[in-house]
Amino acid sequence: MAKITLDRLRHSYMPNPQGAEDWALKEMTQELEDGGAYALLGPSGCGKTTLLNLISGLLRPTVGRILFDDADVTGATPEQRNIAQVFQFPVIYDTMTVYDNLAFPLRNRGVPAAEIDKRVREVGAMLDLGHMLKKRASGLTADGKQKISLGRGLVRSDVNVIMFDEPLTVIDPHLKWVLRSKLKELHHRIRRTMIYVTHDQTEALTFADQVVVMNNGEVVQVGTPVDLFERPAHTFVGHFIGSPGMNVLPCSLDGGRVDFMGQPVETLGTVQASSGNGKLELGVRPEFTRFDSIGIPVEIVKAADVGRFRIVETRHREHRIRLLVPEGQPMPSGHAYVRFDPKHTHVYRDGWLVN
Amino acid sequence: MYKQLNQKAWFLVAPVVALVAFNAIIPLMTVVNFSVQETFGDNVFFWAGVDWFEQVLHSSRFHDALLRQILFTAIILLIEVPLGLIVALAMPRKGPWVSVCLVTMALPLLIPWNVVGAMWNIFALPEIGLMGKGLRSLGFDFNYTRQPLTAWFTVVLMDVWHWTSLVVLLCYAGLVSIPNDYYQAAKIDGASAWSVFRYIQLPKLKRVLTIAILLRFMDSFMIYTEVVVLTGGGPGNSTTFLSIDLVKMALGQFDLGPAAAMSLIYFLIILLLSWLFYTVMTRNEAR
Amino acid sequence: MHPERRTFIRKRALIPAIYIIFLMLPIYWLVTMSFKTTNEILGGFTPWPVNFTLANYVKIFTDSTWYSGYINSLTFVIANTILSVVVALPAAYAFSRYRFLGDKHLFFWLLTNRMAPPAVFALPFLQLYSAVGLFDTPWAVALAHTLFNVPLAVWILEGFMSGVPKELDETAYVDGYPFWRFFLKIFIPTIAAGIGVACFFCFMFSWVELLLAKTLTSVAAKPIVATMTRTASTSGYELGLLAAAGTLTIVPGAFVIYFVRNYIAKGFALGRV
Repeated sequence: MAKITLDRLRHSYMPNPQGAEDWALKEMTQELEDGGAYALLGPSGCGKTTLLNLISGLLRPTVGRILFDDADVTGATPEQRNIAQVFQFPVIYDTMTVYDNLAFPLRNRGVPAAEIDKRVREVGAMLDLGHMLKKRASGLTADGKQKISLGRGLVRSDVNVIMFDEPLTVIDPHLKWVLRSKLKELHHRIRRTMIYVTHDQTEALTFADQVVVMNNGEVVQVGTPVDLFERPAHTFVGHFIGSPGMNVLPCSLDGGRVDFMGQPVETLGTVQASSGNGKLELGVRPEFTRFDSIGIPVEIVKAADVGRFRIVETRHREHRIRLLVPEGQPMPSGHAYVRFDPKHTHVYRDGWLVN
Repeated sequence: MYKQLNQKAWFLVAPVVALVAFNAIIPLMTVVNFSVQETFGDNVFFWAGVDWFEQVLHSSRFHDALLRQILFTAIILLIEVPLGLIVALAMPRKGPWVSVCLVTMALPLLIPWNVVGAMWNIFALPEIGLMGKGLRSLGFDFNYTRQPLTAWFTVVLMDVWHWTSLVVLLCYAGLVSIPNDYYQAAKIDGASAWSVFRYIQLPKLKRVLTIAILLRFMDSFMIYTEVVVLTGGGPGNSTTFLSIDLVKMALGQFDLGPAAAMSLIYFLIILLLSWLFYTVMTRNEAR
Repeated sequence: MHPERRTFIRKRALIPAIYIIFLMLPIYWLVTMSFKTTNEILGGFTPWPVNFTLANYVKIFTDSTWYSGYINSLTFVIANTILSVVVALPAAYAFSRYRFLGDKHLFFWLLTNRMAPPAVFALPFLQLYSAVGLFDTPWAVALAHTLFNVPLAVWILEGFMSGVPKELDETAYVDGYPFWRFFLKIFIPTIAAGIGVACFFCFMFSWVELLLAKTLTSVAAKPIVATMTRTASTSGYELGLLAAAGTLTIVPGAFVIYFVRNYIAKGFALGRV
C-alpha cells in the first residue's frame, strides 16, 4: 500500500530524443493517492501503456523520478516494487493447476506453506474460483484465466499497486460487464491502489474514482468522471468522452463577450481577452444544447433514435451542432433555433479551457 | 475451422495420389514380392513363404545392426535435443546477430550428405585432418579408421554437427513466439530464471520439441550416406547401421529375398516407433 | 541497463558463439583443403594452404565429367522442386478447405512416406525406372524424390493455407471468380511465403540426397554428389579435388538460405517441417 508520486516524469524510446515528437511520454507530475482507483484513458499510442510500464518498473524513465510513499523506486525492478499486473492477454502458467498458479508468487517469495494455503483459498473464494482450484489452468475460459492473473496479484499482502493493461480485450462482451463489477467490488473490499489502462471510456468511467486522460504522450486532464463530463479541460477530452462527443465550434472574443458566427453566446465565467492570441473555440456538450424559439439558426440534417434519447444532427453554415433530445419531447423539423446552456458552455484557446 | 464436405476435392488431390502411389505402392509391391520368393537367377522365382522373414529375424547380423542403430539413435537424441535447446535459449532474440546465427546454423542442413561425410573424413583424418591431428597432439590415441570407439565418436560428433541446428531452429521459432507478457508477468511474480524455463518456456516448446524429437528419431534411424562416406560401416562392422546393412545386402550382394524382408521389417519398426513416440508425447494434451 | 545484466548477456552469447565455431571448423578445413595441392595435403599437417592453388577449381570447371555433374544435380533438384510444389498446391488446398471421403487416412498415408528409409526403395526404384525407360535421366531422380518431397510440401502448404481465413475464398466466389482464376490470381499470391518455405525444403532434401540419385543414374545424368564418390574410389586419393567439389556444393545451399532466412523461422514456427 503506497502513495505513488510521479515527479517530472518523461520517457522516450530513442537514445537521443530531440523534438517533442520523440517523447512517448511528455513531462508529467502527478500524485496517485493510496487506495485509489485510477484509470489511464486515451486512444492507442497516447502513451498510457508507456506510463503503466514506467510505474510497474518494466521501463526505466529517461527523465524524472517515481516515488512509492517516500522511497525513490525509479531504478527498482518490478519485483522490488511489489506491484502486480494483469495483462491484455491472459498470462497463466499452463502446466499448473489454478491453485498452483495462485500460489506461485508466494512460493517464489518463500512464504510458509500454511500461509500460502490460507491466502490462496481466500483469494480463490473472492474471485469465485474456489470450486476449480484443482483444475488445470489451461482448461479455463478467457475470463477465468484473467481472474487467475488478477488473483496472482491479490494473494500477495505486500502489493503496492495492481495494474490492469486493457484486461477485458479478449473477454466476451456479456462477461465484460460481470468482470468489471467484480473488479469494482474487489476494490471496495480491499482498498488497494489500482491503475486501469484502457481506451474504452465506459470501462474507465465505471471503474475509476479518478481518470487520467492522455493524448499524444501528454496528460490532458485528471479528474472524476463528473469533472471530465461537465468541465473538460481540453477539447480532446470533450471529444473523447461522451457519446456523442462535445460540439466544438470556432468563436471570437469581442471585449468580454464570446461570439459564434456573429451570434453572442453566454458562457460560464468570463474570458480574459489578454491571455494570449491562440485559436479560440467554444465547446458545449449535446446534453446541454436544446431547441428554442430563438438562438442560433440551424438546419436539421438527421436524427437517430437511440432509445431514451434522439441524437439530432444540425448544421449552421458549415458547422455541425449535435443535440440530445429526450424521448417524448417534440422536435422541430427543417429550420430551427438552438441554444446552449450557459452553465455548461466553455471557451478553449488552442484546445485548452480558458474560462 | 469448419470444413465443407466436398467429394470433388478428390480431383485436387488426385495428382498427388497418382504421383506418390506410383512411387510408393509399385516399389512396395516389388519389395513384398521379393520378400516371399526365392530366385536362382534368370528371373525364375519360387514361392518361399515367410522363410526370408524368419531368416532375417533370427540372423545375428540383423540383430547387431538393429542394436547399433538403437544405440546410435539414443545417443544422438540425448545429445542433440538438450544441446539444441540450450543454444536456442542463449540465442539473441533481435538485432543483427539473429540473421547471422540463423544463416550459419542452417548451413549444415543444406550440405549434401555425402559431402558431410567427406568433410568429416578429411577433418578427422588422423595425420592430416584438423580434428584428428589436434586430438592426437593433445595425447589422445585417435584413429577412426582403426578403432571402433573413435569411429563411433566421430560418427556421433558428425551427426551432432549435421543435425543439432534443426533442433535449434525449431526451438528458436518456438521461443520467439512466446509473448513478452509472459516474461514480464514472471518478473512481477518474482520467478527465478529456472522457473521461467520450467513453467513458461518448456511448456510452450512442447509442440516443437515433439516434432524435433520425432524428426531426429526418424532421420537418424535412416542414416546412410554420411556414415558410408565417413567410415564405410567400419572398422569391421562397428558402424554398420540398418540402412548400410540393407544396401550392402540388396545392391552389393543382390540377396533380394532377405533384403526385401529386412526392408519391410525396417519400415515397420520406424512406423511403429514413430507412432509410439507420437502417442506418448501427445498423450498429456488429450487429457 | 544494469551492468551485471550486460555481462550476463555477454556470457550468454558465448554459447551460440562456441556452437557456430564448432559448425564452421569442418567447413573451414574443407575450404582450406580445396586450395592445397595434393602433395601438400599428403605431405603432412598444415593449418592453412602454404602453396595456395586454384588448380582444383580449374579442373572442376574445365573437366566435363565434373561440371556436367553440377548441371545434372541442379536440373533434377529444380525439376523436383517445381513438380512437388505444383502438385502439392491443389492437394494442400483440398486438405485445408474440404472434408472428403478418406481425407484423414490419405493425409496420414502421405506422411508415412516421409518416414520411409530411402534404402528400402533403392532397389525397387532401380527396377521401376529401368522398366519405364527413365533410368539415367534427371527425370528418374526428380520423380523418385517426390516420394519424400510431395508429402512434405503438402504438409507445409496445408499449414500456411489453414492460416488464411476462408472468407477470402468465399468473397472471391461471390465476386464471380471461377476456381482456377481465384486460385492462381488471389490465393497463390496470398500464401507466397508458404510456397517459398515449401520450395526451400524441397530444394534442400533433393539437393542433399545421394543414395537414390546415385542408384538411378549411371553416366549421362550422374549428379555431382555421385561423381564425388566415384572419384574418391577410382582415381585414388585426390582430396584437394574432392574438397573443391564439396566446397562448391555448399554454395547453392548458402544462397538459398540467405534468401529465405526470414521465412525459415516462420515455416519452423508452424511446426511443419
